[in-house]
Amino acid sequence: MFPFNFEWIWDMSHMVFMGGLWYALNIIGLGMTYCIIKAVIDASKEKDNNHH
Amino acid sequence: MDSALIPKGVKRCPLWQFVLFVGAVGVVLLWGVYAMLLCWIKGLNQTNMNDFYGFALWIWADLTVIALGGGAFFTGLLRYIFGKEVLKNIINYAVLIGFICYSSALLILAYDVGQPLRGWFIFWHANVHSMLTEVAFCLTCYFGVLTIEFIPLILENRLINRVRFFHHLGHNMHEIMAVFAATGAFLSFFHQGSLGGVPGVLFGRPFAFREGLFIWPWTFFLFTWSAAACGPCFTILITKITEAVTRKKLVKDDAVELLAKISGWMILTYIIAKTIDTLYWATVTVPSKGFALEFFYSNNPLYGYWILFAEIVICGFVPAAILIFKKGRKNPVTLWIAVILAVVGVCLNRWAMVLQVMAAPVLTFESWVMYFPSWQEIATTILPVAYGIILIAIAHRYLPVFPNEPELNPLETIIAEEQEPEEAEAEPLVDQEQELKPAEA
Repeated sequence: MFPFNFEWIWDMSHMVFMGGLWYALNIIGLGMTYCIIKAVIDASKEKDNNHH
Repeated sequence: MDSALIPKGVKRCPLWQFVLFVGAVGVVLLWGVYAMLLCWIKGLNQTNMNDFYGFALWIWADLTVIALGGGAFFTGLLRYIFGKEVLKNIINYAVLIGFICYSSALLILAYDVGQPLRGWFIFWHANVHSMLTEVAFCLTCYFGVLTIEFIPLILENRLINRVRFFHHLGHNMHEIMAVFAATGAFLSFFHQGSLGGVPGVLFGRPFAFREGLFIWPWTFFLFTWSAAACGPCFTILITKITEAVTRKKLVKDDAVELLAKISGWMILTYIIAKTIDTLYWATVTVPSKGFALEFFYSNNPLYGYWILFAEIVICGFVPAAILIFKKGRKNPVTLWIAVILAVVGVCLNRWAMVLQVMAAPVLTFESWVMYFPSWQEIATTILPVAYGIILIAIAHRYLPVFPNEPELNPLETIIAEEQEPEEAEAEPLVDQEQELKPAEA
């Protein structure tokens, strides 16, 4: 549920519950994005080094 | 045939033997799948649940596997946040067990909701006043964390690791694992607690109702505490069973002993808190609701004082007393007894907090209502056990789950044990290793 959904109410329960969910999902998503991007860069660097 | 997939430095049984074992367990799995399909296609009338038992065997199994899977978050917390390096030898297996437990919990929920296609409703149309919403959020997120913790182990497979991208991905994930472990501990704390909070807030059911701190009843904290205390015992138990089945030592004693020691102190503190909670409930809460304690432990064929005694004394104080002393946890027999008792204890606790709550009458004209699950419920509850055994077998065969295994089981020793004494004397060990197939060498 997002704040732009019709069921959303700006109260403490919604902010804590949904805020906590999106906070956790963001940490997981950003962490995995960082790992994947860094792996692509590392792998391409290694490939370049092997060519030289 | 599959030798290229088997980790280096370890020996595995022939493929036909492995397939036969997985096939035998697979039959049980298929039985469970059949029952699951019956529940999905024909509906929840396949179960013995009724108006008294909205929560039944599945919810007990759900709460139990979540508590037993608590070994993953607690071991991860100790390893990555508190820096207990020695636990690196058992953390892979703890994560695998946690992954199995949590995926099983989600699977059980998938058939318990009756309409799994509407599973997303809980996220989109969330009831923010329900503790079960928090459970759903944290459970799903934590399963994501466990998957992330499990992926690097899969990427360490010999063939997969040859791919540069996967090699670096696994390495990078290891590097920031502390972030995921901390997130996992945070999520676990709340969903374990909220599962305990659900019976604790049932003010209409005095057997379960507890007072507490702010919005959280005491059961919130007791559930988290018991999962952190008994989860590692389950990890040790499964490790010992795996060692017995494979007839190999897989984890060094120092890792098991440290985990057992911490678990012992956690169980002791938990069971003291549980005893205080029970005494307060029996002497203050229950009389304030107009009941006497014996009301909840009499006039029925199953639930007597024995369940309280078994949970607190036999499966609480006894394993704690064994595990906190060096002599107790170092002795293999007493260690086995302690971890089995601790696991049984947490299962009993969840049974009482789910099913005894439902069985006890709350109105003057009611009497105790007993329940026995249908075969479909039993089969679908055994299904995750079969799934867990198969996943452990596959992971043990193809992934380096136990980093100490090659060191604890040198191939030279295994070969020497397998060969006839005369042959062993006749041929030098180095030559024997060279003659091995790639998987064994």
